Amino acid sequence: MEKSYDDTNTEKSGLRLKDTELRLGLPGSESPEREEHDQNVLSLKSFVSGAKRGFSDALDGGGKWVFSGGSGGGSEGLFSPRRGGNNNGGNDLSGSDSGLGGPVLKDGVAPKPLVVQEKKSQVAAGNGNTAPASKAQVVGWPPIRSFRKNTMASHPPKNDNDDDNAEAKFGSGCLYVKVSMDGAPYLRKVDLKIYGGYKELSSALEKMFSCFTIGQCGSHGVSSRDVLSESRLIDLLHGSEYVLTYEDKDGDWMLVGDVPWEMFTNCCKRLRIMKSTEAIGLAPRAMEKCKTRT
Amino acid sequence: MQKKRAYSFPDEVLEHVFSFIQSGKDRNAVSMVCKSWYEIERWCRRKVFIGNCYAVSPKMVIKRFPEVRSIELKGKPHFADFNLVPDGWGGYVLPWIVEMAGAYPWLEEIRLKRMVVTDESLELIAKSFKNFKVLVLFSCEGFSTDGLAAIAAGCKNLRELDLRESEVDDLSGHWLTHFPETCTSLVSLNISCLGSDEVSFSALERLVGRCPNLRSLRLNRAVSLDKIANILCLAPQLVDFGTGNYTTELQPDVLSNLTAAFSSCKELKSLSGFWDVVPAYLPALYPVCSRLTSLNLSYATIHSPEIIKLVSHCPSLQRLLVLDYIEDSGLEALASSCKDLQELRVFPSDPFGVEPNVSLTEKGLVSVSLGCPKLQSVLYFCRQMTNAALVTIAQNCPNFTRFRLCIIEPKTADYLTREPLDVGFGAIVEHCKDLRRLSLSGLLTDRVFEYIGTYAKKLEMLSVAFAGDSDLGLHHVLSGCESLRKLEIRDCPFGDKAILANAAKLETMRSLWMSSCTVSFGACKLLGQKMHRLNVEVIDETEPPCSRPESCPVDKLYVYRSISGPRSDMPPFVWTMDEEGTILH
Repeated sequence: MEKSYDDTNTEKSGLRLKDTELRLGLPGSESPEREEHDQNVLSLKSFVSGAKRGFSDALDGGGKWVFSGGSGGGSEGLFSPRRGGNNNGGNDLSGSDSGLGGPVLKDGVAPKPLVVQEKKSQVAAGNGNTAPASKAQVVGWPPIRSFRKNTMASHPPKNDNDDDNAEAKFGSGCLYVKVSMDGAPYLRKVDLKIYGGYKELSSALEKMFSCFTIGQCGSHGVSSRDVLSESRLIDLLHGSEYVLTYEDKDGDWMLVGDVPWEMFTNCCKRLRIMKSTEAIGLAPRAMEKCKTRT
Repeated sequence: MQKKRAYSFPDEVLEHVFSFIQSGKDRNAVSMVCKSWYEIERWCRRKVFIGNCYAVSPKMVIKRFPEVRSIELKGKPHFADFNLVPDGWGGYVLPWIVEMAGAYPWLEEIRLKRMVVTDESLELIAKSFKNFKVLVLFSCEGFSTDGLAAIAAGCKNLRELDLRESEVDDLSGHWLTHFPETCTSLVSLNISCLGSDEVSFSALERLVGRCPNLRSLRLNRAVSLDKIANILCLAPQLVDFGTGNYTTELQPDVLSNLTAAFSSCKELKSLSGFWDVVPAYLPALYPVCSRLTSLNLSYATIHSPEIIKLVSHCPSLQRLLVLDYIEDSGLEALASSCKDLQELRVFPSDPFGVEPNVSLTEKGLVSVSLGCPKLQSVLYFCRQMTNAALVTIAQNCPNFTRFRLCIIEPKTADYLTREPLDVGFGAIVEHCKDLRRLSLSGLLTDRVFEYIGTYAKKLEMLSVAFAGDSDLGLHHVLSGCESLRKLEIRDCPFGDKAILANAAKLETMRSLWMSSCTVSFGACKLLGQKMHRLNVEVIDETEPPCSRPESCPVDKLYVYRSISGPRSDMPPFVWTMDEEGTILH
């Protein structure tokens, strides 16, 4: 397995303006096959019609970014088997194989979110493995508090030897950002570092927030302790759409999907799934900003 | 027939005697002597500690202890610190505040750990308790600086505001201006977790200037070094100080001003902060070093030579937190300079790197164990270990009460012998008879658990990851560790047998956490059915456990004793197995 860190590092160390140029869609990308449940769907479309590229356009040339209803539909989720192992070699937007350690479905064990593990290491007890060349990152290991991780990550330790690697050290650890969704009673946190690109992020968010819309244990109705009131739920199912936005380092709210993935992970402070009615006026100024920054 | 209470004192006398008994444990013992002592004790209990906010309901606490002035609550399980507990799991303090607002108008102190605290809760605190004095929010989240503003404005006698390691939505630094000019009562202020770049510094200075009893002040990273001297001059009586970032442009005056400011602090014993350190400014600390008992350099990215220089000026040091930049050489220097050292924590500077970036090995810890006879508490991150080193450490330090070793790569064997580290950890538990807390790492078989079950009789908290071979391992611990209160396990091949065989044990403990193990859903249901005073929570974010066969392992399991039954605030991804075998959700 190729070493996952190097890809992210080299791409991060220089801002490549070419990446911010307008393009219609991911060159050579395959759009994920998504089941569309007409009834139980939260569709997220890029709202801003004037935008050159919205989040979903950036993903797959205009396909819908949807919340699939039940939990079963998510074979395209975070832990879908890698398609062909190497997604679009030169494609920046999907981040190709910069995902840390591929999700391994060898055992056929049900995939779990936010736990990227080498299943091998769990099964092989007592054989004193030495560290593999590419380290799969395990959630919550080593056991370091988020406060410490975030503190060290935002100002990576100075390293006399290698400035390029400085960012890589704590920076490559993890990057938790809060995700809020309009109408949901609590925030979630996601580690941007474990996603290879926008597709994976969107699948993960789908899974995370679908529990707010549909009841569990197989029922498609409202659960007995519905998290959102019934009228809200109907709104979500049949009407309004959502867009994914993020707050950048300057405190501005931008649409997700306009900039290359690495640039995004560098400047994203928090995410918000907002009602598209509230997203009026959010223009994808990201490209302009990045150009002037360098 | 009225029973005559011969040979007993009047209630007032007993109450007076009980007032000398502060510890919760002793108070609990007193209350069990007889009914009348139970009654007297409960009316004069002023301080309550609740280790798991779901073990009992606020109403029950209030009913038994009507005159409480100080409460401490803990919420989420410890592994929440490492993001293993999904957001929204629970731990909300609001229901407690609501009940206490009515029942304890004279409440003075609230201490919370790992709880979700909203601005609404903070506003309610500020409004409800007229004599409120102490608010400690340790590793909490869910509130913003708006809530802090309410506390600042509303609590006229506030003594302590400590936000250590909490996650605060930092909307603006102006909340500090909400402390009225009449507020002069602050003794302790810890805002080190705040991120805002705009801390209202002038408000802070004025506040510090008018609080003559301020003993502890921990600033946040946003406060720059050139501001420190002013603050220290305003508060030379400080005992504990946390700097902001320790960097500024190299200017001639800054160092001398800083040195003078530190010199004026004759009581200073504890230092922390030190983000972004510029080593040239470290000598400013020399005037206080000889008195320093506690030093937290765990955010300071300075290297071994600078650390050694600083630490060798601190002969009275009892507590050191540092990054692994200290290296083995620095630890050796520490061992020779700081003979009073009781607690050492060494954090990794590059935990996710594949290759070691510093020369910190088992040798460093061995040096400290040899040179510091009073060493009691260790947290050590490293990349290699041997059984021989652990045995030596155990023999050198039989007084360990807390030993937490984290070998960064899971399942790392003894690098010299290639064997598991069972014998090494076995030596720790065998020699350290007062060991209360232990965290394991490295390659470990069931054997280490046999040692733990055999020797670790005072062990209260055990953390296990990527260890063991079978249920026998877990069984050793549950059946052998008599004092066990908290057990947290991740990624171990422990399944149903040990848990079900030791179900009764679980009721004697505060809690058990197991994630990525092999406990089946069926076993969870059975446990919930049989043990009525346990809450058995199954946590699964991907899909409901009932949608899979019962023999499938659950993702995460959290079992805790409770006298208030299953909680009513579970999010959609948590299921509780109740007595009738139904699954509450």
